[in-house]
Formats: sequence, C-alpha cells, structure tokens
Amino acid sequence: MTLLLPPSLPLIAGAFLLPLLAPRQRVGLLFLLPLASLALVWGLPSGVLIEGEFLGLAVAPLEVDALRRVFGTIFGIMAFTGALFAYRQATLVELCAAFLYSGSSLGVVFAGDLLTLFVYWELMALGSTLVIWSAGTPGAYRASMRYLLVHLFGGVVLMVGIAAWAGTTGSVDFTSMTAALEGGGARAVPAAFILAGFLLNAGAPPLSAWLPDAYPEASPSGAVFLSAFTTKTAVFVLLAGFPGAEILIFVGLYMVFYGIVYALLENDMRRILAYSIINQVGFMVTGIGIGTAMALNGAAAHAFTHIIYKALLLMSAGGVLFMTGKRKCTDLGGLVQSMPLTAVCGIVGALAISSFPLTSGFVSKSMIAQAAADEHLGLVWALLAAASAGVFLHAGIKFPWFVFFQKDSGLRPPDPPFNMCVAMVLFAALCLLLGMFPGPLYAMLPFPVDYAPYTGAHVVSQLQLLLFAGLAFFVLLPMMKRTLTISLDWDWFYRRFPGLVLSVVAPPALALWAAAGDGVRAGLRRAGGYLARYYGVREGLGRLPESGGMATAVLAVFGVMLLYFYLR
Amino acid sequence: MNGDGASMNDPATGARRHWLYRPESIPKLWTWGAGLLAVTVAAEIFTDLHPHFGFAAWFAFNAIYGFASCMVMVLFAKWLGNFVKRADSYYEPADGTPDGGAAPGAPHGPGEGAP
Repeated sequence: MTLLLPPSLPLIAGAFLLPLLAPRQRVGLLFLLPLASLALVWGLPSGVLIEGEFLGLAVAPLEVDALRRVFGTIFGIMAFTGALFAYRQATLVELCAAFLYSGSSLGVVFAGDLLTLFVYWELMALGSTLVIWSAGTPGAYRASMRYLLVHLFGGVVLMVGIAAWAGTTGSVDFTSMTAALEGGGARAVPAAFILAGFLLNAGAPPLSAWLPDAYPEASPSGAVFLSAFTTKTAVFVLLAGFPGAEILIFVGLYMVFYGIVYALLENDMRRILAYSIINQVGFMVTGIGIGTAMALNGAAAHAFTHIIYKALLLMSAGGVLFMTGKRKCTDLGGLVQSMPLTAVCGIVGALAISSFPLTSGFVSKSMIAQAAADEHLGLVWALLAAASAGVFLHAGIKFPWFVFFQKDSGLRPPDPPFNMCVAMVLFAALCLLLGMFPGPLYAMLPFPVDYAPYTGAHVVSQLQLLLFAGLAFFVLLPMMKRTLTISLDWDWFYRRFPGLVLSVVAPPALALWAAAGDGVRAGLRRAGGYLARYYGVREGLGRLPESGGMATAVLAVFGVMLLYFYLR
Repeated sequence: MNGDGASMNDPATGARRHWLYRPESIPKLWTWGAGLLAVTVAAEIFTDLHPHFGFAAWFAFNAIYGFASCMVMVLFAKWLGNFVKRADSYYEPADGTPDGGAAPGAPHGPGEGAP
C-alpha cells in the first residue's frame, strides 16, 4: 500500500506535537518532520490522489503534479533549514507556529480544489500571525494584529470569489481561470475576486504594506520563515490559476519598481529586504502575466531560487540583529571586521538576488527576461532590465554596504551561534550550486526547458548592467545617506487616516451635540435606542454571529472531512 | 569608504585597522573597480551580444542603460522622499512604547531562549 498522506500533514501534526515533547526529543522531530514532508513530496505519484464530496461539490484534497512538486520541494527545504536556523534561539511558540505555517502552505500547494485551498489559506494566515506575534515585543503584537486584519480581509475576498465561482460553474476544481477572467461574462467577476484574494498575499498594490510593516517586527528567525511561504504560495496559486492573465504584467511591473523605490528610501535593514521581497515577487508575477512556457518556467524557477537567497539574506540580517540588537542602517556598519561569515553569506545572498552569473538568481530571472524578448515585448524587457539593475542597487549593494561596510559603527560582535551559521552556509552553498549547475532545477520545472543561461552574450550584458549599477550606487552615495525616517505607504490609510477623519469630524459633532437642546438630545437617544434594538450587532436584523458561526462550523466540519479523506 | 578619520588604528580594539578601513586602500579599491568596469565593456568587442531589440544594439548599451536607469531610480526615490518620509517615530503610539526596534526584554539576544 502506498501511503497517500498529504505533505502538509507531518508539519501541521508537528505543530501540535512539539509542545508535548521533552526538549531533546523536540530537536529530533524538528528535523525529521520537514524531511518526512519532502519524502512525501517526492514519493507521491502524480495525479488526483484523494477525492471526495463535500456539500455536493467534488473536492480533491490531494493532487500532485510537476509544478506542485517544485513548490513542495522548496517549501520542505525551507522548513528544514528554517528549523535549523531557529531551533536553539526561537521560542517554542514560534517553532510551532512556523510548522503550522509551513505545513499549511504545503497544504495550499497540494490542494486540488478551491475549498481545500481556502482552508489551508486561512490556516496559513493564523500560523504566520503567530510567528510575528511570538517575537514578544509590543511592536510585534500590534504589527501582527494589523497583518491579521489585512489577511482576514483577503480571506473574505477569496471566499466571496470561491462561493460565486462555485455558484456559477458548479465546480470548485482548481484549474486555470484566465479564460474566465479575460472572457467577460458571468464567470469574470468571481474570477476577479479570486485573483484579488491571491494577489493580496503576493504583496500586490494597493494592500502591499502589510509585508514591510509586519515582517521586520518578527524575531530574527521568524522573519526567515515569513519571507518564504506567504508570497510564494501566492505565486504558486497565480501560476496554477491565472497563467497568462495580461493584467499581471502591469501588476508585476508596478511591484518591481515599488519595491526598489521604497527599499532605497528605507533605513531598517530587514525592511529593505521586505520591500525587496515585493520587488522579486513582481518579477515572478510579470512572468506569470507573460504566460509562455518559458515565462512560467522562469517564474517557478525564480520562486525556488528566491526562497533560498531571500531566506539567506534575512538569516544574515537576523544574525546581525541577534548579536547587536540593532536593526537600523544608521546604527550599523563595519561589521565585516568581526562577523566575516555572516558578511560573506550575506554577500552571496546579495549577489544571488542581483542575478550575478554563477549564482542561482542568474539562472532563474534571466528566463523571465528571455520570455519577454521572445514575445517581442520591448518595453517589458527594458523595464525588467532596468529593474534588474535596480535590484543590485537597493538590495545587492545597499544591504551589505550599510550593514557590513560603510562607516565603522564601532560594534565588534562575533558571528552568531553555530546553528545559525550552519543554516547560512547551507543556503549560501545552494545559491552557488544552483547557479553553477542549474540542470536539476530545470529538470523539475513544469515545462521542458530549452534555455542556456551561460552564453557569452548573457554573461557580458548582465555584468555590464550590474557593475554599472554598482558604479551609480557609489557615485550617488551622498544621496543615499541613511536618515532616521520611515516612508509613508498604503498602510497609512488604515493606520492614520481614520483617526485623522475622526479628529476633523469629532469636534464639530461634539459641539453640535452640546449646543442641541435637552429635548433634541433625548429624542436622538431614543432614536438610537430604537435602531440598536432592531439593528444592533446582537439584535434581530443586525445579528451577524449566526452566519459567521455557521461559516466557522462548516469550516470545522470540512476540516474533519479532510482528515477523513486523508486517512480513509 | 570610511568616514571616521584617518587614524591607522582601530578605535574599537586599538589594533591595526581592517584593510578595508585603511585610508590608503580607498584609491586602490576605486582603481580595481574602474578596471573591472573597463573589462566588462571591452568584453563586448569579443562577444556577439545578438541583441533582441534595435535599441539594445548600441555599443555598451547595457552599461549605459544600467547606470542611467539607476540614476533615474535614485533621483525618483529622492524626490518621492520629499513627500512620504516621516520621522521614524511617526506611528509610535502615545504611550511611548516603540513600534519598532527590539524593546527591552525582547526574547532575542545571545544566551536567551532554550532548545
């Protein structure tokens, strides 16, 4: 009998098992469970492996194909290396939350239908919120609540889309919805809602500020986990659900430049890297929008390599934060003198994100540019090339320069603890190995790869582009001087704008209230009481908890059914 | 490369400075950097770049384009900063607890946390 267990199960079960074990047993499990997930990713045959029926809809809680294996593999590797980086320093709550989070992102990837996808999608939001929250600072708590609100809102948008999709098509099968989206008609609106729900998790505008707002508040290891899963599950669902949707080219290009410009303005080292996640996901989203086999392969490959080098960059920044307690570029500098290993690993990550030849970013990102060229999209190609130069500018040089070089901050911390260093070296080695030997990665991709990254033309053009971007950095260095500032982003609209409105509206309203006669006030109070009696949140017409409770109950029942399908 | 005086000794440890921080290293680093840039441009003479678009066929297109686009991005960011930059205490709540930064007692730092 082949064991038809979903790869999500070991990690999610681990999240609940870990607290029950003694610390010594826990360490073993932390490494075994991600390996078990990886074994399932590669041991399971392709196809729809588990089917069932729920509320009259055919569901497929476990489906495996080549694209799913790409994301399953990298998520498994990430869970393993993240655990290695975290296990001696992170709190137990954070480790459990990280396993729930990584497990449910695997659940999204191997979901064959939209209902299963949605259940894992929401679990992922809970897990990631807990990861942020477990940093234990007041700032982290507040950021995690803002993060949760944005993601619950995204979940509602997605649920509306899924319900309407099921209503119009009678199916919740998770297949490409591009034709429905672009064809107009009754199915276009549900598809647009689903797309909006997916894009929110990718960090697309306008609700993108949750990412640079929340991720830098997490613990050193928490930010490493966070960088990998939410945005890349979004890339996966976009790849599977909306390949070739033209709007994604525009969304992606906006994200690419938004990430660069905001990272250039930023002072917090991990927020620079957070903005650069949006920038990198922008490349993938653009590739998905182009939609050819080369572009989709490029987007999947870039997600794979990006998880590794971005986690590596955040490990390097996390190591610095862990050893110095400082996170602002204005407080850092000169750390290469006492943290050589962290600096070298950070530089390898920075070279990889900049797509330098011989690093992993080069073999993946160049496929997306090649796809734009093959389709004769001159403007898209030119913008992607400018953005590639911009990546070197905002992340490739800026991060290592201001943290490890520039002015000497006088800080002389040693490299971080052993396990953190091993995790960094592992991922730095992977960045270089994938860059030098892209064959195994190319072999995993969903479409056959007919692409040679290392031609003289590719290497020379890329080196010119990047090195002259580097020259621009040093020429413009006086303009890049770090300031003790943050930059207003879209989150201003939910963090400050309501208060501003209130501060404008409230004084005249209160004055009016005070000026009104006793009779008017009594009348208004009575009217208010009347409204509350029928429309209040706990009363007759306005009562919401029943539908909310029903949805929760249905979800819980579905959760039990999922377990039943798995174990049947 | 450094902006903290030309002292030969490390202010933190008193030992000789790291070579990157010695004043005499800076011109050397610029020379090597300029050499590297020249080599990448010269390499174009010996490579067929078979550009995909007409505008990319000029000599040293990628070098000029990389430099110019970075100039534009930095200047644009600088300009945008006039409107969106705020003091980094902008979102801090009135009770004075910092919204960012490791608060006192944050559960990370060497020696804390256990397996």
